[in-house]
Formats: sequence, structure tokens, C-alpha cells
Amino acid sequence: MTARRYEQRGFPRHTLDSGQSLLVIFAGLLVIASVAQTAVVGVRDMHAAVAFGALIAFGELLRLNLPGDREAAPIATAGALAYALLLRIGDNPARHSPQQVIAVTAIGMIIGALPHLAVGRPARLSAMSARLIAVACVAWVFRPLANALMIGSQWWSELPVMLSLVIVAWLVEAVIAALIRTDALRARFGVALLDELRVQLPVGAAVGASALLIAFAAEVMGLAAVAVFAAPLLVTQVALRRYTGIRATYLQTVRALARVTEIGGYVEPGHSARVSRLAVAIGRELGMPEPALLELEYAALMHDIGQLSLRDPIPGGATVLVVREEQRRIAEYGAEVIQQARVLDSVADIVRRQSDPCRPADRGQEPPLSSRIIRAANAFDDLVGSSVEPSRAAAAVERLRLDTASEYDPQVVEALSRLLGRRSLFGP
Amino acid sequence: MGKLSRIAWLYIGAVIAAAAIAIARGPFTGIQWDIVLALGLLLVACESSATLLNSRSLAWSANSIASLAAVILIGPVGAALVACFTLLGIRRGPSLPQRLFNTAMFALSAYLAGRAFLLFGGHVGIPEARSFPAIIAPFAGAAVVHVIVNFSLLRGVLWLTREPGAPAGRVGLDFKLLLTDLGYGAFGVLIAALWSVLGPFTPVLVLIPVFVARWAVAQFAAQQRAYEATVSALCQAVETKDFYTRGHSERVSRGSVMIAKEIGMRAERVEAIRYAGMLHDVGKLGVPTSVLQKNGSLTDDEYAAIQLHPMRGLDIVREIGFLDEALAGIMHHHERIDGRGYPMGLAGDEIPEFARVLAVADAFDAMTSNRSYRGARPVPEAVSELRKWAGTQFDPTFVDAFVTAIERDGWKGPEAAPPGTDHSVVTEFLVGGEGLAAANGMATANGNGVANSNGVANGNGIAAANGSTAGDLGDPGPLRAIESL
Repeated sequence: MTARRYEQRGFPRHTLDSGQSLLVIFAGLLVIASVAQTAVVGVRDMHAAVAFGALIAFGELLRLNLPGDREAAPIATAGALAYALLLRIGDNPARHSPQQVIAVTAIGMIIGALPHLAVGRPARLSAMSARLIAVACVAWVFRPLANALMIGSQWWSELPVMLSLVIVAWLVEAVIAALIRTDALRARFGVALLDELRVQLPVGAAVGASALLIAFAAEVMGLAAVAVFAAPLLVTQVALRRYTGIRATYLQTVRALARVTEIGGYVEPGHSARVSRLAVAIGRELGMPEPALLELEYAALMHDIGQLSLRDPIPGGATVLVVREEQRRIAEYGAEVIQQARVLDSVADIVRRQSDPCRPADRGQEPPLSSRIIRAANAFDDLVGSSVEPSRAAAAVERLRLDTASEYDPQVVEALSRLLGRRSLFGP
Repeated sequence: MGKLSRIAWLYIGAVIAAAAIAIARGPFTGIQWDIVLALGLLLVACESSATLLNSRSLAWSANSIASLAAVILIGPVGAALVACFTLLGIRRGPSLPQRLFNTAMFALSAYLAGRAFLLFGGHVGIPEARSFPAIIAPFAGAAVVHVIVNFSLLRGVLWLTREPGAPAGRVGLDFKLLLTDLGYGAFGVLIAALWSVLGPFTPVLVLIPVFVARWAVAQFAAQQRAYEATVSALCQAVETKDFYTRGHSERVSRGSVMIAKEIGMRAERVEAIRYAGMLHDVGKLGVPTSVLQKNGSLTDDEYAAIQLHPMRGLDIVREIGFLDEALAGIMHHHERIDGRGYPMGLAGDEIPEFARVLAVADAFDAMTSNRSYRGARPVPEAVSELRKWAGTQFDPTFVDAFVTAIERDGWKGPEAAPPGTDHSVVTEFLVGGEGLAAANGMATANGNGVANSNGVANGNGIAAANGSTAGDLGDPGPLRAIESL
């Protein structure tokens, strides 16, 4: 039981903490107010509301997970933004209020989320709130403009305004998502925002362009634009889903195959998984961006693969107890295995340098940060194992600290110590 | 395309001539040349970002978007002219004849799609609000015609230029691709619809989602290659424990795919069995090296340890979001049709299909590879062994399929090392880890194994555990347990 509990450390848990609940409550109040206002005033242009609501519900049904466990619903977001940016439907000007946009979006999202709930996939309320608030921002700015001024009738006067609003929506969603991540994973906000923008850029561009296309097409095609457009965006979505699917399988496979060293009795059960979790947590603490964290995770998972070249396992798998030369050979062999995959060369390099001390006496160059992190995380796990005893962890850190000057990177050990100090990481 | 036959040249010439005639007949009146240029540039952009498909130097691009938009805006001849911009696509790969054929093919597809659009009652010109939704039906008809003409012409040229001996009918065009193409075609009507509002700016806006989709597809392909390479590298690492089985996983994977394709499995299942083949032996990591490389008879305990390896393999791969079938295949690949296999002793149809396929490929590769106690057997001998044990150990259907495939495509076994040179194998495979192996007494232990070839003792040990009396070397049944471990 204790081992199981220990394994959970460093995992983002999908529970709501204060920041996220605040966000969800805000979005909820917004929805209630908007629905009430719309109900009192009456829905303008019911056909459009139903058509866009249906597109949003459909998109929400087909939401996907982007790399890094991020939820996105490209079709729903594109539909909602298009509804917010709608100028004319056929020849009739669209005159719906921002509140109506929020109400239609929220109802569409809820309807689309119901089937997910029915099959037991919980709704991620914070992600839905972030999407809704982004749409609300656009609606609040653009609806009054559209309704009062009927800005220009030429695309070159409308387009820049709409384009900048779409970008604003993208930024708003990214900032909210980054705030959530900073809060949940204790990442640094700046790093988290850049990660968010990078991952969301291709999807955001497709969503933004699609929203503009639907909004403009509705002027010509009427509501048929909504139906016609669902098809091509679906193609984009299918491609994205396949991509994110294989990415997830990849990580899963490396995680599983890294366990061969455990099955073979070379290392203690759970060692690779624990070292990789700890290493990623340290990397995040030190402000590493996500692509580097992914490489670090791969390297940490496979850091012991070189032990497969040993005829007989080292007792307990504790490489920290083995002489330096032996460690280096194991690391070298592991790097060679990884290099055969040809696509993970930087991961191989991290694994190769993991046994080098942080201040090498003979060779000038110090090993990459990821190698230093794995070295410390590995040593820590070798000393502590699956124990959850705080005193043992503290003693292990103390021992690493004593060796800090030459063996372990002081900033890595300090980050590790800060992590240990934070009880939340270690579960209850 | 390589060297072309005369008929292939004739075919290509005919397609080019047909396209040229279609365009030359006109009429050119009423074609707005600025639209031709704008759509032509869009097409060049699409063509330049073509993605290579897995097989036979096929590539796919979103060209139909531009052609189909042109069908509505400027009619069949204009559409064919736009399609001619294919020739200007900036990408490496296609040779001049290929480019010419592609251009003619797209021009012809666009022209016929344009004719179909008119036939189904569509009106050429920039659509207005009242053109919708009446325009959608003729446009859908045009899109379908475009895809059909495109795929038929392509199928023709692939069939005429296929490699001799390659099975007919498999040209790498599948239904999914056809649907994808149709999906992209829908962008065409959108461009046409927006032309009255956004003018030539339309293609720019349309290109963004298209390029994101292309990007995602490219990323997917890259990730898939990475995935495959990584799985195979890790499997090779597992094999280092027993160097007689070097490359075994790779070859079992190849053999299983041969069988799967021969019996006409669906593409996804073939993919799954490929990974199942690669991973089928990961569980042997749990078997102590001393048992794996033992040259004497095995004790009951040791044999029990060996029998556990499929379950241990399952333990490792269970967490991969894999097809369940692949998992069942890995777990049961040592079952026998007569029910005397392990770990469960399933018989006949109780054994999952994947496991029966893997068993055939596994045994075949074991027989045609070197072992510490005997050399590799020639392929014909291994084939007759498979035949001999079909029905008792192996599923006859899969044995037949495998034999047919081997007879047609051949079999690439492990690189044969002449007897007595196995020491070099040891050092070669331990590059970088040589000293370590020596320190652990690995090289010596294995070196002895080469000289020692009393496989009979091995056979006996297993036969006893199996409750069988057959124990001679020529009998792959009982031996297989250790051979293909």
C-alpha cells in the first residue's frame, strides 16, 4: 500500500484546487447570468442559435487530448468563435447579444459533454471554463461593434478586427491554461505560458482561421456554411487525433518497456517509474520547457537499460553502489541501445552522460542538465527505494548534499530538497 | 517509376493527350484569368506540401481543393488549366515523366469533375447567397467524379508499372485515403463561396487549416516511425541476453506479417501482429541468464521458469494501449494445437488467432537460426518440419499461408556465421561493453557453448517435462520450447 502511495507522487491529479474552483465558479456565474438575460430578452434568430449550438455540441463530443494532457475541442471552439464573429446570415444582419453567444456556447458544451459523462469520462470543468471565457471575451468586444456600427462591408476593414480578436481568444485561453498548470504542477508561469502557446499554436491557427471562414461563409451560404464546414474541419481533427494518439502510445510503450529491467531483476520494481517522475518534477522545478521535460522523461525511464548487458544483476539494482567505471560502461551501453532507435539521439546523450560527476576532473565539459538531474534522482531512489519514511528521504538528501561539490549538481539537489519539503508532492 | 514498359508509356501518353485535347477544345471565353492565377498558386502550395505515402513512392496532396473551387468559379476548362499548375509544384522526388503524368491526371480529373458539375445542374460563376444550398448537390457530384477519375488513372499507372512478381491488386490506395480526399474537396466549395466576400484573400485563409492538417499528418508519420524504431531497439536490447536469438524478434515479426497478409488480415490487425511479433519474447528477460544459456538438461524448476516467460511478457506489455489481440498473441504463442503447449494448455480454436500465427513464425525462425547445440537448418528442411507438425503443433492454415508466402517472396534469415566463428559474434555484439562482459565471465561461458553441441540432452529435459517421449533432434515439437524461447 505504501509503495502504491509513493508512486503517486508528482502526478498531476485532476482535483480542483482553489485557483481552479475560482475559475469554474466565475464561468458558472457568467453562464447563469447570460442564460437568464437571454431568456428574459428572448432569443434572436433561433435558427442560427440552434445551428451553431449543434456544431458546438458536436465539437465538444469530439474533443481531443493534445500532447501534455491538454484538453481541446477545436470544432467547438471554432463554432463558438464563428458565432461570436457572425456579421450577417445570408442578407440579414446578425444581431444576437454577447450574452446569447455565451448561453448558446455553454449549452452546446454541456450537451456535448453529456455522452462523455454517460460513459464515465468526467468533464474537465477548468478546461471547459477556459474555452468559454475565451469565447466570452471575443463576444463582449465584437457583438456591440457588430450590432451598433455594422462595421464596414468590405473584408479588408472587417478582417483585421476579427483576426486580432481571434488571436486575443487564443491568448486568453493559453494564459488561463498556463495559470492552471502553474497552480497544479508548480511549474513556472513564464515557462508554462510558452509551452502552452507552442502546443496550442497549430491548433489555434486552424481554429481561428476556421472560425473566420465560417463567419464569412455564413454571409454567402447562410446556415449551410455550418454544415459544409463541419466536414473539412473534421479531417483536420482526425489528423490531429491520430497524431496525439500515437504520441501517447509512444510514451506508454517506453514506460512499459523500460520495465524490462525490473522484470529481469536488474532493478527494484518501480524504480524506473519513480526515477522518471522525480526527475521530471525536478526538471519542472528548475524551469525546463516541456520538450526538454519529455526527453528527460524518456531518458530517466531508460536510464538503466544498459544493465541488460550485465550477465547477472547488481544486488538490488543500486548503481549508486557500483564503481564509476562500471557505471560508465552501463551508461555507455544503454546509450548505444537508445541510439539504435535513431530518433532519440539527444536522449541517448543524456543517458550516456548520467554517470559523469557534475564537475568532471578529467574532461572539461560538464554533463547536460538532464543527465545531472537523472544522476541525482537515481542516487536518491537507490538510497530511499520505495520507502515513504520522511526521515529516510531527508537522510538521503543529506548524503547527496555532502557529495554535492563534485558528484551532484548543487542546484539539482536543492530543487530535490525543495520538492521533498513540499508535502503535497508525496500524497497524503 | 524506374524503367517503364511500352504499355506503360502508351498509357501515360494517352492520359497526357486526353488532357491536352480537353483543354485545347476550349472554350476559353468567360474564364477570369486572375482567378486562374490565384487558384493556381493555391494548388502549387498544396502540391509543394505533398506527403509521401508509405508504399511505392506514392504521395498525396490537397490539390483537389483548388481544382474543385475552379470547377465552380471558372468551369471545366478553367479547372483543367488550374490543375496544370501541378507541374510547378516545388518538391523533390517526381521525375519529369511522373510530373507530366500527374499534371495530366489532375487536369483530366478536374475537367471531368467540371463536366459532371454542369451535368448535375450546377452553374459556373462566383456563387451568391441564393446559389446555396442548391449548389451543394452538383458540387458533391463533381467531387466524387474528381476522386474516382483521379484514383482510377492512378491505379492504372500503378498496375502497369508494378514490380514484376508483386501481387496484383495491392497498390497502396485505400478507402480511407479516398474519404480523406473527399473531405478536403469540401474546402473547394468554401473557397468558391467566399470569393464574393473575400476575393483572392480566400485561399490564404483556407490554407491555414489545410496546412495544420498536413502538419499533423506529417507529425503522425514521424512519430510512427520513431515508435517503430524505438520498439525495435528495445527489443534488440532484450535479445542481448541470449545472443543466439539476435534478430529473432525482428524476423518473427516479419514472418507473422507475411502470414497475416497472406490470409488477408485487415491493415490494423497486420500492424498489431507486427508489434506482437517484435514483443513476443520480452518476457524472457525474467528468465535467469544461466537458464537461457544452459547447455545441459533443464531441471523442473528451470523449465518452469522458462514456461513463465509468456506471462512475464504480458506483464510488461499489458500497460501499452495495444490491441487486446496482440496481448493474447504474446501470452499464448507457446500453445500447441493439440493442447500440450504452455502456459494454459489451450487447444485448437481456443488458442487466439494471433498466437497461432506467431507460433508458426517463431518456430520457423528458431529452426533456421543457429543455436548453441546445433547449426541453422536450411529453409526447405524447416518448411517440411512445419508441414510435418501442422495439425499437432501448428495451425495448418497458417503453415500453408506461410509456406506459400515464403515460396513466392523468399525468406531472409539471420546472416549465417560459419561454424566456429561464433566468438566474433560475441565481441561484435558487445561493442562498448566488451570489458564488462569479460569481467562478468560472459564471453567465456558463451564461448564454451559454441563448442558444446549436445542438443539431445536439451531435448530430453524438455521432453520429460512435456510428458512426451520424442526427444531426437529432428523433432521440432518438444525441442521448440527452448529453441524459440
